[in-house]
Amino acid sequence: MIHAVLHDAKDTVAVAVVEDIKAGTELTAWIMDEDKLVHVKALQDIPIGHKVALTDMKVGDTVFKYGIDIGKVVAPIKAGEHAHVHNIKTKRW
Amino acid sequence: MSVISSSTTFMGYRRDNGRVGVRNHVIILPVDDISNAAAEAVANNIKGTMALPHPYGRLQFGEDLELHFRTLIGTGCNPNVAAVIVIGIEEGWTKRVVDGIAATGKPVAGFSIELNGDHNTIMRASREAKKFVHYATALQRVECPISDLWVSTKCGESDTTSGCGANPTVGNAFDKLYEVGSTLVFGETSELTGGEHIVAQRCANDEVRERFMFMFNRYQDMINRWKTSDLSESQPTKGNIAGGLTTIEEKALGNIQKIGKKCKVDGVLDKAEIPTHNGLWFMDSSSAAAEMVTLCAASGYAVHFFPTGQGNVIGNPIVPVIKICANPRTVRTMSEHIDVDTSALLQREINLDQAGDKLLECMLETINGRWTAAEALGHREFVLTRLFESA
Repeated sequence: MIHAVLHDAKDTVAVAVVEDIKAGTELTAWIMDEDKLVHVKALQDIPIGHKVALTDMKVGDTVFKYGIDIGKVVAPIKAGEHAHVHNIKTKRW
Repeated sequence: MSVISSSTTFMGYRRDNGRVGVRNHVIILPVDDISNAAAEAVANNIKGTMALPHPYGRLQFGEDLELHFRTLIGTGCNPNVAAVIVIGIEEGWTKRVVDGIAATGKPVAGFSIELNGDHNTIMRASREAKKFVHYATALQRVECPISDLWVSTKCGESDTTSGCGANPTVGNAFDKLYEVGSTLVFGETSELTGGEHIVAQRCANDEVRERFMFMFNRYQDMINRWKTSDLSESQPTKGNIAGGLTTIEEKALGNIQKIGKKCKVDGVLDKAEIPTHNGLWFMDSSSAAAEMVTLCAASGYAVHFFPTGQGNVIGNPIVPVIKICANPRTVRTMSEHIDVDTSALLQREINLDQAGDKLLECMLETINGRWTAAEALGHREFVLTRLFESA
């Protein structure tokens, strides 16, 4: 089963594509552009459509998705944690 | 082998100006807010007509007024419309809308309420509307090449599955339609923020690129002039955030998947302007669903691809809106709104080419006459874009 997808091997977050991912689940993530699989253990529950961090990130780091900058880290994130508005903000506006 | 090739045809309504429609509406178009009641009364009297009420049209001026006229005239000119009754409070602006639509050669008649009152206006307009219904219902669909089809796209209530599934499906279909010579458009200027460099790279030449960046920067200037925060909950919307989208950059990169991998941006339109040749156009536009789809209809587009994640329910009075969704939860909980389910894409059960073909199969059925979910559910959102306050 594919639990999460990412676009580019450079991405530091992946998107949950199944419902009810619970903390502790070993996730299989599919790199769509390369058709490869990577794995990460969920440290928190991840709602469908929400992002799971694939690497540890510190405040100020750039978050990559589609292989491109999607914003900056504003609170530390560990691999496997839920990555969203509580720890990532836009660099625009 | 794709489901479409340059020899693909469909059964459409060919209008006097050569454009091809996929629907055959007789519309009752108010020029202004206070003419809505009369327009709705005519639509109630004469079956097979549809009123398009809206809240504007008084004391507008300058660029905002020009956009108002362009949108109303463009809506009347859309090839999905067979004939138009225009009703306004006074003669001058009513005539301006009538004359604009008459250039297409289609039947159009204008009525003004001042010195007549609602009763006499409704009676006279109803007599004419009945004639237009007879005219429209006698028209037959004829075989037309796929290159005569104009297709627009805009996504809404997006979530992260939009960028991975539904939007790339539209992109794949756009690449295939581009190849067979269709006329395409995308827009949502603010929702390219963070991905504008990608669109700029896809522009066919420097002239198009400069015009695109002019439109992009003009919109950024507007946002910067009025913003009181980072726009969180407006752009991305609260629904986007509930669906897992975090920043405008992330939303934009998902949005841009809709223009596929191969097609070039061949030209740039201001709001509700009409394309002058085939290919892919960028139109400067709001990212709000009903405003954007209304602008696409006013530019002459005949069918719309609307990918959604969390489940936007929008439709349009004159243009069939096809909903594409890759979020399995939305497909389950809002199935009556979804025309094309591409959730299998995110489980690696189908590939992007197959997803694109699934959409094109639905498009062919739709343009040949089958109703979309939004049409069956009666979604007729007609929303005019305003640029600034009335005088």
